[in-house]
Amino acid sequence: MAVRRKPLDRLLMPDPLVSFRDVSLSIGRRQILNRLSFDVYPGETLVLLGRSGSGKTTALKMVNALVLPTRGEVLVEGKPTTAWDRIRLRRRIGYVIQETGLFPHFSIARNIGLVPSLERWPAEKLDARVNTLLEEVGLNPVEYADRYPRELSGGQRQRVGVARALAADPSLLLFDEPFGALDPITRLELQNQFMALRGSLGKTSMFVTHDVREALRIATKIGVLHQGKLELLGTPDEFLKADAPEARAFVASLDDNRS
Amino acid sequence: MMLESLLPEMLQLAIEHCILVLISIGVAMAIGLPLGVWISRRARYRGPVLGIANILQTIPSLALFGFLIPIPFIGGIGKRTAIVALILYALLPILRNTLSGILGVDPAVRESAVAMGMTDWQLLVQVELPLAARTILAGIRIATVTTVGTATIAAAIGAGGLGVFIFRGIGTIDTTQILAGAIPAALLALIADGGIGWIERKYSPA
Repeated sequence: MAVRRKPLDRLLMPDPLVSFRDVSLSIGRRQILNRLSFDVYPGETLVLLGRSGSGKTTALKMVNALVLPTRGEVLVEGKPTTAWDRIRLRRRIGYVIQETGLFPHFSIARNIGLVPSLERWPAEKLDARVNTLLEEVGLNPVEYADRYPRELSGGQRQRVGVARALAADPSLLLFDEPFGALDPITRLELQNQFMALRGSLGKTSMFVTHDVREALRIATKIGVLHQGKLELLGTPDEFLKADAPEARAFVASLDDNRS
Repeated sequence: MMLESLLPEMLQLAIEHCILVLISIGVAMAIGLPLGVWISRRARYRGPVLGIANILQTIPSLALFGFLIPIPFIGGIGKRTAIVALILYALLPILRNTLSGILGVDPAVRESAVAMGMTDWQLLVQVELPLAARTILAGIRIATVTTVGTATIAAAIGAGGLGVFIFRGIGTIDTTQILAGAIPAALLALIADGGIGWIERKYSPA
C-alpha cells in the first residue's frame, strides 16, 4: 500500500478545513466562477474581497452546498460537498448574511437556538446555551431573549444573527457581507466584537465583503475575486503590496477615501 | 305567508346549507393546500395548475351544475354533484393564496432556514406555513363566503339548502320565501367572514 507523504513545508500545517479544487460554475453560457483553487486552514479568517458580481457570494455559498460547482469540487473537512449529507454539513457550519434572515415569528431565543433545537438538544442545555451566546454578543439575556426580531435595531439583529451562527458551536463560520447594511459606528462595534469572539473562540471564518477597510481589519488572508477568478490570495501585507490590477484598484480606493 | 311560520324549515335548511359548505370547503382545503405547496416547489406546473383553477372559476355556477349532471359517478341530481361543483369553485382562492403566501416569505429568511440545515419539511412547517398563514386564511375566508352564496344555487339540482326557499319563492312569486332563504344565507356569509377574519387577526405571526 502506498503511503501518501506530505511535502516537508506542509508537515507542520494542519489539514485544510475547506479546499476549493479547480472550482467553476457556469449557468447557461455565463461563467460565474472560473477555476478557483485555494485552501482555508483552521483558525484563519479568509476574506473574499470583490466588487458586486465578482462571484464572491456564490463562492461562499458553495461551502455549505447552497450552490454546487459545475466543475471541480469543494472539500469540507476533506470530503466533497457533493458527498456530504447536506443537512448534516449545513448544521456544522455557521452562516450569517446581510439581511440577517432572522425568523420574524420566532423569539430571539428561539432564533438563536434554531440549530441546537433541530439537533434536539435537551431544553435546559439549549436555554443555557442561548443565554451564554446572548452575553457573548453583548445582549442582556433577560432583556432580549423573549423579544422578536422586529423590536430590535439593525445592529442588534445582526448580533443575534452572529449568535445564531455560533449556536451549535461550529468550527467553521461563513459571513456574507454581514455588516454591510449597518451605519459606520455600529459596523465598527460589530467588527470589534467579531475580532474579540475570534480571539476567544478560535473559529475558522470565511468572510465576503466589498469593503477594503473591513477586509484589512479582520482578515488573516485576503482573496481578491474579479470576474469569477481568484486574482490574488495573500496576507493583508501581501495584498497591500500586490501589483495585481484589481487588488491595486481596491488599495487605491482606500487612499481616495482618506483624502 | 309569515316569515315565522317558515322558521322550523328555515333552521333545517340552514343546517343543510352549512353542511354543504363545510364539506365543500373541507375537501377544497384538503386538495388546495397540498397542491398550493406542491406548485410552490415546482415552478413549471404553476401556470397549468392555476390556469385550470382559473378556468373553473369562470364557468357560471348554474352552467357548471348543468355540466356535471351527465357525468357518471360524480354527477347526477343531488348533493354529491353540488358538492363537487362547490369544491371546484373554492379551489382557486385557496390554491392561489397558499402559493402567494409561501412565495411571499422573505427570501433571506428562506435562505437562512436552508443554510441552517432545515429539511424541506421543516422549512415548510416551521417557517413557510406559519409566515403564510394569514394569506392562506384570507383565501379560505374568500372561498367560504363565496361558497355560502353559490350553495344557494345548488338547490336547482336538488341539493337542498337555503336555495330551496329562494327557488320556491321565485317560482311562486313569493317575496317572503325568497327572503327566508336570502336573509339566513347572507347572515351565514357574514358569520363565516367575521369568524375566519377573527382567526386571521389572532393568528398574525409578525
